[in-house]
Amino acid sequence: MKAAPWIAGLAGLLLAGAASAGTPDGATIARQGNGRGVAPCAACHNADGGGQPAAGFPRLAGLPSAYLLKQLDDFAHGTRRNATMQPVAAGLSQDERAALAAYYSKLPVPAMSTTPVTDPRQEALGERLATRGRWSHGLPGCGQCHGPGGVGVGGHFPPLAGQSAVYIANQLHAWQKGMRRNDPLQLMQAVAGKLDEADIAAVSAWYAAQPVAGGQQP
Amino acid sequence: MTPVFAKPGRQLAAASVLLMLLAGCGRDGQPAPPAAPVSAASAAASASSSTRQAKAAPKAIAFTPPPDSAIPDDDFGKQVELGRKIFLEPDKYAAAWVGNHLSCENCHLDAGRLANAAPMWGAWPMYPAYRSKNRHVNTFAERLQGCFRFSMNGKAPPAGDPVLVALESYAYWLSQGAPVGKALPGRGYPKLPRPAQAPDYARGETVFKRDCALCHGADGQGQRVAGRTVFPPLWGPGSFNWGAGMHQVNNAAGFIKANMPLGRGDTLSDQDAWDVAYFMDAHERPQDPRYEGSVQATRAKYHDTPQSLYGTVVNGTLLGQGTGTAR
Ligand code: HEC
Ligand code: HEC
Ligand code: HEC
Ligand code: HEC
Repeated sequence: MKAAPWIAGLAGLLLAGAASAGTPDGATIARQGNGRGVAPCAACHNADGGGQPAAGFPRLAGLPSAYLLKQLDDFAHGTRRNATMQPVAAGLSQDERAALAAYYSKLPVPAMSTTPVTDPRQEALGERLATRGRWSHGLPGCGQCHGPGGVGVGGHFPPLAGQSAVYIANQLHAWQKGMRRNDPLQLMQAVAGKLDEADIAAVSAWYAAQPVAGGQQP
Repeated sequence: MTPVFAKPGRQLAAASVLLMLLAGCGRDGQPAPPAAPVSAASAAASASSSTRQAKAAPKAIAFTPPPDSAIPDDDFGKQVELGRKIFLEPDKYAAAWVGNHLSCENCHLDAGRLANAAPMWGAWPMYPAYRSKNRHVNTFAERLQGCFRFSMNGKAPPAGDPVLVALESYAYWLSQGAPVGKALPGRGYPKLPRPAQAPDYARGETVFKRDCALCHGADGQGQRVAGRTVFPPLWGPGSFNWGAGMHQVNNAAGFIKANMPLGRGDTLSDQDAWDVAYFMDAHERPQDPRYEGSVQATRAKYHDTPQSLYGTVVNGTLLGQGTGTAR
């Protein structure tokens, strides 16, 4: 059948058209992209939504839906700047973003390997910042907003447990440099502005070492 | 909308006197800090202001309590450590005496260390003190009892109870080297100058939605995670009761100005702090345990100040009817 490739191509177009006309399916876009140039999320965030720790690709599985949607909007609007994610978010329709946020928020948290902190002094500093902060400099403990052990609180305070040290440090630097300006009430800009390099290394490593309840339905 | 502040000037002046008669884990008639109280307060609080993006230099404060790592490793140190634990988690370590899931630290930040958040080192050296509220000299222990009864909406542990011994040990230890009987700058909450406009419910609601609801919830009921209070409720059955110091608008305004939103203290205008304090304190909460049989009688006896909305009508509702309690 000479016409086969042509027909297959048309069928593909029709399918894509049908998909974008109806309610977009988060699972399909995550696996295959949206057919309009946006790459499959799974290529970077992993099929189970656990991310790629060493590369600084964050875990998405089990994050609050409102938070995920806000991040996609913020990438698209440029209040969160990142060369990789901005074109991805900008290439998604509003409905697609909502579908993906809902999809990832419902994925079970994958079992994650944690990285223990080896230097006891760094561990002590990280734990101190995470649980008590440094109030002599007006810095609350991270857990006062991100919850005990960094499990996350409600729709606005994302979990830190289950994110890699690379990713956490990247975000703190992004706030320091003004690349990320999307935090409500400038809460994280104020926090990041009070951390130095040793603080960032210690607190990022501490959260990367916290256990995540793997396999759990969020 | 704001009946009790109809004449803010005169009434607020009267309030500063009346307030000394009042209750609770509440503000006492304490002398104002020696030098210009407000500028001192804002200077101290500006360490957490948004304008400081660089790592802020430690601010000049009157007193620095010893670090936790210096808690002695002996029998006295054990009581200090227990006191610290009670301070952070009273619902766990003093469960018999509390009626809500607040912690002392929710209002006395950084485990009772932070200047302008009623630090323990500002309090301990000032007792025993005569309190016009109950017309006798109160020991520090009696002061602690008030916090359990009102702020924690619970019961006062009896004198000599292990809970009080541990909390006293902790406060005493934090105060090492502080001069006895001298009100240090940073004691209590800052006293805000009287607002340009009388505090207003509707303006306060706007501030609340903009700057507070993110954490304390649109319904003011806070947020709990894994059995722990992360963001405390600001009114309703799980909050402090009508006898607590925080129910007075001036106390709340001073606390909020210096310490809220968390990590962004001293970013609200004075007017916003007064308005949102009024809004918060115009909500129902557990009954004053000194209830005299009627709201009117209780107001007359314990709340006869413009700073208390107990027994007043706000938005058509008589305040002071009480809620149940939630533990
Ligand atoms: C080429 C790799 C790549 C692809 C494809 C990709 N991402 Fe990302 N994503 C990243 C990186 C890198 C970051 C971290 C950006 C940063 O550091 O600010 C990120 C961050 C995010 C975040 C923010 C998470 C948080 O915790 O704040 C969301 C949400 C997200 N991606 C969703 C998606 C979705 C949905 C798709 C598919 C439509 C997708 N990503 C495709 C690399 C990718
Ligand atoms: C006063 C509240 C508050 C405190 C304290 C706080 N955070 Fe945050 N943090 C937030 C909020 C709100 C967000 C979400 C920002 C957004 O919506 O983009 C956030 C986001 C983050 C993120 C991005 C997570 C992601 O998935 O992209 C990281 C990393 C982070 N915080 C680290 C920290 C660390 C480390 C500390 C302690 C040093 C800390 N935070 C303290 C409020 C806080
Ligand atoms: C809901 C908020 C709140 C909670 C919770 C709370 N307090 Fe208080 N506390 C106050 C207020 C308000 C004052 C009066 C501050 C002032 O005078 O400026 C106060 C005053 C005090 C004082 C006297 C301070 C001074 O300078 O004289 C002590 C001591 C104290 N509290 C201890 C505690 C302890 C211990 C707990 C926990 C069992 C506790 N408080 C819980 C709000 C609270
Ligand atoms: C980023 C989150 C956050 C925001 C925004 C915030 N708060 Fe809080 N608030 C907290 C936390 C956390 C505590 C407890 C502090 C502690 O334990 O160290 C607290 C404590 C309080 C308390 C004392 C505890 C109690 O039960 O009464 C009051 C009053 C209060 N906040 C009022 C406000 C008001 C008014 C606003 C808005 C102007 C506000 N807060 C904004 C997080 C927040």
